Amino acid sequence: MEFVFFLSAAVKAGTCLLFATLGEIISEKVGHLNLGVEGMMQMGAVIGFIAGYTFGDPYIAVICAALAGMTGALIYAFLTVTLKANQVVTGLTLSIFGVGFAAFFGENFVGKNVPMAIVDFFKPIKIPFLGDIPYLGEIFFDHSMYVYFSYILVIVVYFYLYKTKWGLNTRMIGENPSAADASGIAVDRYKYINIAISGALCGIGGAFLSLVYISVYPVNVVSGRGWIAVALVIFAMWNPGKAMLGAYFFGALDIASFWLQKYNLPISIYFFTALPYLATVFVLIFTSMRKGMSKKEPAWLGKNYFKEDR
Amino acid sequence: MIHIVKKEVPKARDKIIIRVISILAALLVASIIVIFAQANPFQLYIGIIQGCFGSFYRFSATIEKMIPLLVLSLGVMVAFKMRFWNIGAEGQFLLGGVGATLVVRLFPNLPLPLMLLFMGIIAFIFGAIWLMIPAFFKAKFGTNETLFTLMMNYIALTLVTALQYDFWKDPLAKGMPKIANFPENALFPSLSVFNASIFLVVIIVIAVYYFMNYSKKGFEISVLGESENTARYIGINVTRTMMIAALVSGGLCGLVGMIQTAGVSGTLSVNITGGLGFTAIIVAWLSGLKVPFIVINSFVFAVLLQGGSYIQTAFQIPGSVADMIQAIILFFILGSEFALHYRFVSDKKKQEVA
Repeated sequence: MEFVFFLSAAVKAGTCLLFATLGEIISEKVGHLNLGVEGMMQMGAVIGFIAGYTFGDPYIAVICAALAGMTGALIYAFLTVTLKANQVVTGLTLSIFGVGFAAFFGENFVGKNVPMAIVDFFKPIKIPFLGDIPYLGEIFFDHSMYVYFSYILVIVVYFYLYKTKWGLNTRMIGENPSAADASGIAVDRYKYINIAISGALCGIGGAFLSLVYISVYPVNVVSGRGWIAVALVIFAMWNPGKAMLGAYFFGALDIASFWLQKYNLPISIYFFTALPYLATVFVLIFTSMRKGMSKKEPAWLGKNYFKEDR
Repeated sequence: MIHIVKKEVPKARDKIIIRVISILAALLVASIIVIFAQANPFQLYIGIIQGCFGSFYRFSATIEKMIPLLVLSLGVMVAFKMRFWNIGAEGQFLLGGVGATLVVRLFPNLPLPLMLLFMGIIAFIFGAIWLMIPAFFKAKFGTNETLFTLMMNYIALTLVTALQYDFWKDPLAKGMPKIANFPENALFPSLSVFNASIFLVVIIVIAVYYFMNYSKKGFEISVLGESENTARYIGINVTRTMMIAALVSGGLCGLVGMIQTAGVSGTLSVNITGGLGFTAIIVAWLSGLKVPFIVINSFVFAVLLQGGSYIQTAFQIPGSVADMIQAIILFFILGSEFALHYRFVSDKKKQEVA
């Protein structure tokens, strides 16, 4: 029984990662490695909490969080798409900015409770029928609305990327922007839109932490989870479905050290903290070793596209 | 119609003008945040300058902040020269700290010069190994080094956390999770307000400048960065060159771990990097990977860091404001690069040229 509790908690812990990972997948699919995930999550978390605290309305809170993340992403998009600035450096700067932003605007809210109306709105709801399945029901279908929203989003993102014309164009830009450009796709517009969506998802992921995961606003609510999301994109090999599994696996590792404390394991609990990163390193190595297999990494990831170079 | 075309190599004068304009524009935007924080932006910016140059002591604090940033920037620059995205400076810095601390723990009674030498060598090796692992896989299988080195940062951070909170926890610290302070013979001797590591840094700057500009290996690294095919064509051993560059790059970042533990903090802790490994990437990039500009820009960033910590106490302003000002300045400088490398041309002119 305790194991079921643990898995259920892992799903909850993984949900914030899932939002951010889906976002980063979209951004990387269009060829933009955005290392500002941590910053965008921080902006979403703090603005989501402030909006929720001020208005007491869950919809306004989540929308504001999405807009905050999107704002961060648009700064990044303007610099990297229009002004062709280096993606790695711009992303790192966005992370520095977001962490400072959250620390500054969140300072007066540290120690404040999430308003009751929002806690109530996001309380766990058991889904009829599905929630009654033994074990699985408890693990996956006895959660907050916010968690169910992430389930739907996985399907939406998968559908968008692989079953729509827009998704096809997006992936083509990530693989070969000059070919995409030559075939009449508005490369820059696609990049802007995808990066903005990606930022909104990161913001929503951050707000999950500040509105649902915690009950009292702490000093640093995101505390490095954005970097795990960057790792998760590789771990999931840019696939939304695998991102879901990966997010819960990493979520389990996130809470493992807390749950395993009482068992006196022969290995250090810190090993579990490092495990997401170690696992990602192994995935990176193995995917690069399998030369024959189709490369999952977008070919133009991290490179800017300059039309006149064509 | 208006086209955007690439410029020829930008002039030094244009560079300076554009940089200054973008910094001023950034400060203007940052003023909004400063007003939010209920301070007078003008006074605050003056405060930053005073915090760095107001007294000899403050100036020395600025230099103290510049030292690790400078060496880290030089380190990542070596890797960047061959288009190898080493964003793992944080991790190499931490591993260097682990190496230095290990020496102190194993041989606590070495005489001072020998101790520092030994600490430096081990820190260099530890940092180098931390980068040579991703470099090996990059050379063999083309593994993405940006993401690999990023992950290595967090593995290193967890390692140091485990050491600080568990394995190397000082039993005498009354339950405080900290690693014991280094003994007197493992600390850089101080010369008035500076510590002796400043000499080491001067040597490093000259050595790196020489290595990159006048040595065969430095030349090979640059060629490899320009084009891997050219490098192969003229008979450069790509794998070997990549590993040597990683050795120097990671080693320099590792050495910072020793400089900081033995020179400033007196012990290893999880907070020792303060994000400098990331700032160094930005410094190296904005300096166009050139040693003299890295020296200048490290100083400029040290001014921001020291000024930022000064205004916290002097103006009762949270440190996050300084972080945001720093990020806004960076955004503007990054954006202004565009004006250096591209220019607008209308169709009419283009035809004339043709």
